Amino acid sequence: MRWIWIDKFVDFQSGKCASSIKNVSMAEEHLHDHFPGFPVMPEALMIEAMAQTSGILVGEARDFKEKVVLAKINKAEFFDFVRPGDSIRLDAVIETVAPEAAGTTGKITREGELIAEINLMFSHVDQNLAGIEFPKDNFVFDDNTFKSLLRDFLAQKQSDHAN
Amino acid sequence: MAFSRDEILEQVTEVMVDALGVDDDEVTLGATLMGDLGAESIDFLDVVFRLEKAFDIKIAREELFPADALMNDPDLVGDDQKLTDKGMAMLKEKMPHTDLTDFAQNPDINKLGDLFTVGSIVNFVESRVS
Repeated sequence: MRWIWIDKFVDFQSGKCASSIKNVSMAEEHLHDHFPGFPVMPEALMIEAMAQTSGILVGEARDFKEKVVLAKINKAEFFDFVRPGDSIRLDAVIETVAPEAAGTTGKITREGELIAEINLMFSHVDQNLAGIEFPKDNFVFDDNTFKSLLRDFLAQKQSDHAN
Repeated sequence: MAFSRDEILEQVTEVMVDALGVDDDEVTLGATLMGDLGAESIDFLDVVFRLEKAFDIKIAREELFPADALMNDPDLVGDDQKLTDKGMAMLKEKMPHTDLTDFAQNPDINKLGDLFTVGSIVNFVESRVS
């Protein structure tokens, strides 16, 4: 099982930028405790959601061949709470992509209102940590869950290809 | 674009403040990235990315931080964790912008991190932009 904190991509421009949405629901059990009587989406999970949006963008830029791992949170600033019933949009932009790593900037909005700014760095682990061996299989992107988030984008790509 | 040494130091300081979350008064020429400013390995890449943007130059990581390339080669590092003569010669060749006189007295690879100072980065950038 993967712990996925975005529902789907709504825009995807290979190697450049991507946007996803996350619909927050009271059915998410952690909201019952975070906090009792005042349910808000944990900020750590918003960082994770941005890491998934940005990480898939970075992974796709290298055709999912690299093991892309979150390495550094450069910035995470929050401006408002996110509550059950909210739909948030996560916009991620690749600022730099190099053989060893990539840097992204990101914004979370709700109906155009800025909720958070989250800038991240990802490591292509096989290109770093010389001497340490990782499993040959790409444990980051091997299962289809992440790719299912790209369903609209992949369907569009296929129909463009067919035309 | 030409930068004066003061302008380079100013930009490098800003890079360190943004990449490492330090105060600008901590960023002195003698400050070491790892020891004094708390940089970890991923921060070195972050610094490289930010320098590239700030000065509009391309930097290969091993050009500025060549340590990784040396560490795992038994020809270059002896069993005592010290650079061999060959390793020392290669380091000198790869880090012309850094004063290695003190390090050469006891070239312990665990102390390589201390070589990366704000001053050595300013020297490196100066050699690239002027």
